[in-house]
Amino acid sequence: MLKQIEGSRAVAEALALCRPEVICAYPITPQTHIVEALSATVKRGELGRCEFINVESEFAAMSVAIGASAAGARAYTATASQGLLYMSEAVYNAAGLGLPIVMTVANRAIGAPINIWNDHSDSMSQRDAGWIQLYAETSQEALDLHIQAFRIAEELSVPVMVCMDGFILTHACERADIPTQQQVDDFLPRYEPRQVLDPAEPVSIGAMVGPEAFTEVRYLAQARQLQALELIPAVAAEFERGFGRDSGGLLRPYRLDDAETVVIALGSVQGTIKDVVDELRDGQGMKIGVLGIISFRPFPFEAVRAALAGASRVIAIERALAPGSGGIVTGDIRSALLARPLPVSPVIAGLGGRAVTSASLRNLLTDGHADALEPLTFLDLNTELVDGELARTRQARRSGPAAENMLRDMGAVASRVG
Amino acid sequence: MFQVRLHGRGGQGAVTTAELLSVAAFGEGKHAQAFPSFGSERMGAPVMAFCRIDDKPIRTREPVTHPDALIIGDPTLRHQVEVFSGLRPGSFMLINAAGAFEDLGLGEYIRPMRAGLLLVVPASRMAQQHLGRPLPGAALLGGFAALTGQVRLDSVVAAIKERFHGKAAGGNAAAASEAFEFVQAEREELADA
Repeated sequence: MLKQIEGSRAVAEALALCRPEVICAYPITPQTHIVEALSATVKRGELGRCEFINVESEFAAMSVAIGASAAGARAYTATASQGLLYMSEAVYNAAGLGLPIVMTVANRAIGAPINIWNDHSDSMSQRDAGWIQLYAETSQEALDLHIQAFRIAEELSVPVMVCMDGFILTHACERADIPTQQQVDDFLPRYEPRQVLDPAEPVSIGAMVGPEAFTEVRYLAQARQLQALELIPAVAAEFERGFGRDSGGLLRPYRLDDAETVVIALGSVQGTIKDVVDELRDGQGMKIGVLGIISFRPFPFEAVRAALAGASRVIAIERALAPGSGGIVTGDIRSALLARPLPVSPVIAGLGGRAVTSASLRNLLTDGHADALEPLTFLDLNTELVDGELARTRQARRSGPAAENMLRDMGAVASRVG
Repeated sequence: MFQVRLHGRGGQGAVTTAELLSVAAFGEGKHAQAFPSFGSERMGAPVMAFCRIDDKPIRTREPVTHPDALIIGDPTLRHQVEVFSGLRPGSFMLINAAGAFEDLGLGEYIRPMRAGLLLVVPASRMAQQHLGRPLPGAALLGGFAALTGQVRLDSVVAAIKERFHGKAAGGNAAAASEAFEFVQAEREELADA
């Protein structure tokens, strides 16, 4: 059924259709609307025996999800930003134990300084935790990915993180097609756990494993990710047959035919990029296209290589910064291209909620197409502001807190439109 | 694509108003996208929300920097220059104010704009009367429908009734209808002048 609906509510409706049995969450912006809507659904008795558990922290949220999943329940939680970091130890445990928990990360920056706005620093920080990570471009895709996530997670016994841009998707009200219960039931079978904690047949899971087998346990984590590379496109194809929508999969190519320059991006920023690419192609004949990465973990090396077979250069839009290294996605793209190296230009963009505007993208892509980008670009960086602070640190030993200094330099912090 | 930027104060319902506008457009079979400016909202602080309306799917996610229409929920916001940024000669502007447009003293900001596209509507007064609370969103949407023709009044009323129930639905719908007629009368007056 088509609805004009907030992204968080659309996701909550899809999750309810997945018949979760335990939902636990601790509120943190911008994830809160999702679990708020779910808690109301549980309270209305619409989810049968599903338990909604208010926990005291994100660490507890993931720990409860682990316990519930180990007891054979379909478990779900959601978080963002510092919340994800706070539960990090348990995030690794969920994957290490092979528990098919599904978690939404409503992507948000990580402090300090405190910043509630969107970028990908949070989920990218957990990229090596052993979870599958899928990134949604639209609200529709976010809700579709959650339905697919339970299928993928439970088939492989691997947890899946569905990443959706905080505010930009979670708080945007747009058109979404909410499937029927029958469609979801036909697509998502009952959860059959590989391992169950059952008092009638006691086992222990998560015991100590020494050097004799730890490498082998980790090898299996890699093997399951490789299996996911096969399963994710298969699940997306089956989803398309059942729901009539092309949603999910490993990659989303856009106007790649004869593209010399390929822009790679994850998440909602693809929409604005596609509009700009249309302008540059149709208006100026620039041979440029977009490659969206949906599955960041596992990283689809072969598919990326194949999609870039005709390209001359890559511009990687990075929504997170790895200080001291640069772009996180860029490293994986370069690995994918080892046999046929191409120049890959990382562009750090949209950190902490800075809008990625079409005007900035137009200039960036034009420069990129002309091979005129620096080794590491910070889109729309206020160089005067950083130069001022750098000068201050050179002039005085006790130069004070950098963030506050720069805010003061800017004067009153007016709300900016762009 | 028709792009709207709404300015209000935290607690006034600017975000809800943008959402309602998107629901009204959706009800007419259009594509629409409403989103807030993502500030750390506090009661009374300046807030922004955006709404885009189009016949085809909307992909862009950037904020509305060059609005086709500006809706200002609190006339005291006019002292922030940013409110008027990106306006074009053909842009519409609807301001929630009790007096006459000329009394707002917007001369320097609106010089290139066409007079017939800039109107006031006493949305808070209408809301106070019909709803018992000065929440101007519904009345502003009624006025917006009359000013721009981008959505019909009945779509706005349908969106209100989908969102609210009981007295809130009736009061908001009445405020929207009164504002629609008020703005229509203003436009006819200007056309006759």
